[in-house]
Amino acid sequence: MSDTDSQTALYRAETGALEIAFVREQMTKPMPAPASEVGVVGWMRKNLFDGWFNTLLTLFALWILYLILPGILNFNFFNAVWSGTDRLACSDVNQGGELYEGWKGACWPYIGAYFKQFIFGRYPDAELWRPILVLIMFFAGLIPMLIPSAPFKRENIIYMLGIFPVVAFILLTGGNLNYNGFLLPNAIMADSALKFWVDYVLLTAVICGVVHFIVRGMDGDSRRPIMLTIFAMALLGIVIFLSSIDFGLRFVETPQWGGFLMTLVIAVTGIAASLPLGIALALGRRSQMPVVKLLSVIFIEFWRGVPLITVLFMSSVMLPLFLPEGVTFDKLLRALIGVALFSAAYMAEVVRGGLQAIPKGQYEGAQALGLAFWQMMNLVVLPQALKLVIPGIVNTFIGLFKDTTLVVFIGILDPIGRASAIRATSDWQGIYWELFIFIGAVFWIFCFSMSRYSMHLERRLKTDHR
Amino acid sequence: MEAIADRAIDRSQMQVSDEIAIQISQMNKWYGQFHVLRDIDLTVNRGERIVIAGPSGSGKSTLIRCINRLEEHQAGKIVVDGTELSSDLKNIDKVRSEVGMVFQHFNLFPHKTVLENVTLAQRVVRKRKPAEAETKAMALLTKVGIAEKAHEYPSRLSGGQQQRVAIARALAMDPKVMLFDEPTSALDPEMVGEVLDVMQQLAREGMTMAVVTHEMGFAREVAHRVMFMDAGKVLEDAPPAEFFTAPKEPRAQVFLRQVL
Repeated sequence: MSDTDSQTALYRAETGALEIAFVREQMTKPMPAPASEVGVVGWMRKNLFDGWFNTLLTLFALWILYLILPGILNFNFFNAVWSGTDRLACSDVNQGGELYEGWKGACWPYIGAYFKQFIFGRYPDAELWRPILVLIMFFAGLIPMLIPSAPFKRENIIYMLGIFPVVAFILLTGGNLNYNGFLLPNAIMADSALKFWVDYVLLTAVICGVVHFIVRGMDGDSRRPIMLTIFAMALLGIVIFLSSIDFGLRFVETPQWGGFLMTLVIAVTGIAASLPLGIALALGRRSQMPVVKLLSVIFIEFWRGVPLITVLFMSSVMLPLFLPEGVTFDKLLRALIGVALFSAAYMAEVVRGGLQAIPKGQYEGAQALGLAFWQMMNLVVLPQALKLVIPGIVNTFIGLFKDTTLVVFIGILDPIGRASAIRATSDWQGIYWELFIFIGAVFWIFCFSMSRYSMHLERRLKTDHR
Repeated sequence: MEAIADRAIDRSQMQVSDEIAIQISQMNKWYGQFHVLRDIDLTVNRGERIVIAGPSGSGKSTLIRCINRLEEHQAGKIVVDGTELSSDLKNIDKVRSEVGMVFQHFNLFPHKTVLENVTLAQRVVRKRKPAEAETKAMALLTKVGIAEKAHEYPSRLSGGQQQRVAIARALAMDPKVMLFDEPTSALDPEMVGEVLDVMQQLAREGMTMAVVTHEMGFAREVAHRVMFMDAGKVLEDAPPAEFFTAPKEPRAQVFLRQVL
């Protein structure tokens, strides 16, 4: 203000009359921002006490926090018991313990006592190094894979998709599996390992035939897809062969697995299987070929229309009734397939949403350059479509991760299942809140990590600057 | 238009060979019941440049989209560079890799950088080595005057720049024929010139071109023939001098009065 005044005064002095300058020669100094815009006070004014209504809401929220927060903190931390060997450590004087009357708090030694069971279930103690090694291998492969700047990406992916699953399977089960024939009737050839491989070759031939038929239907050249099929079946054959070798590991049957190991086995398999399957189904549903489209629609609508719990019951109770006598599938394997197919149907619809958001011009741009269908999909359409639906994909992953707890109803002892079993023991009778707080916390950490990582991924892949 | 006139091409030196690049005979197309293209006959020789003009909805875009089978025709015959377009996927891929196309809305791939946009098809369709594809891409980007943006994403570029990248992308495949589907219609007026410049240069080098455009100045200066379409029919097919000064069809006369 004073600058302007003095300038005006100057003009008055020169001409004897008031003149207003059009171009100012000196800029006024910027004023410091008002207290309401900067600092803690500014932030609070803007975000917490912006008007009487928001002030009221803030105070109300503070009051609610005042009511519940001390209780939560006291129970979980300040009043909690951290060490002890049995129920007595968490009992007050009236119950025969040493704690003061009316004590309320978490009894954490209880979790510690059963920690091993929560993580590995009833996996034999002598063999515990195997699941531990699997977990180490898993995270050692996963973490560098998720860090974009980590080196050896290609090797890392080969390890995670190819080597790790096979090694984990052999380590967890012990390998040395027996395979018997599954296709030819026994009259032609008796069940034996040899018959299995004969059947396997036959199955490969049948699949190649189907592939040839489908590709011809698209007027395509079927040689490459058939080569790919044979390659895939050969890889699978190698895996099956490896799992039938005797490595001298003790066989640990799946009912002995449990805890978070079980959760991770189901969730990781489900996630790894449902994404590619879901993409294939989404493409199938948008296919021009009526048969492919119809089959995809039927598959998706069937699996989406039934509750997961019925799928699990069907797989564990009903399926054995339909299978010929003597044919048994592992219960865990059946649950795995059920979970994977179930989430694949959800995934398919998420991916389809992404495909629909890709403008027709992208397809035309790719086609006009001479890209074949799969080149167009892999290089142009899917990278964009999947990027768009990262939130939906991760949502499905998180849902799947939490839905794994449903396997408890078919007698697979994941953490929840272990919790019920542990609750029944007499040492720690009457304590159960801690169980669910602990399980909830572990699940939350996993799901929150997935959520944060997906947000990071979205930001990193953002190239359209919308 | 004045800008273009400065660089007008001396047509007497233009080389048009007798070889046929595109031959369309008695081609018909329907969208459901709607008869979009009626009895189209069109021959484009190698090195020839045609401009297709006409009111919107006349089928001109559909016509050039039939040439690389982004649209399917139901009757008649389309032969591009000796390959007939039918439902045979092999022939379609072959034609598409020989015919470059530039779209109204550019259709660049937003998740790839400019350089990746230009090298992608070279690598996967032409099977060129990455280094080779990159050299070619940089040469073309330099030619269309946009080399410094090679590592940007398309969303960082203006419309005119994007369209020039799209032209470079099509040229990277060494196409025998270039199709332009209203390449300047989606651009701000001040960017039309830079795209037309590139197209002119292409014309000067003897590229076979089929251009759907409303830029009548471009047609006048560059085209050998102007085709006028209305209601799915080719009504006139004449050298620009003739078409612009003495159109025969009343519909063409009305159209020219409106656009010129």
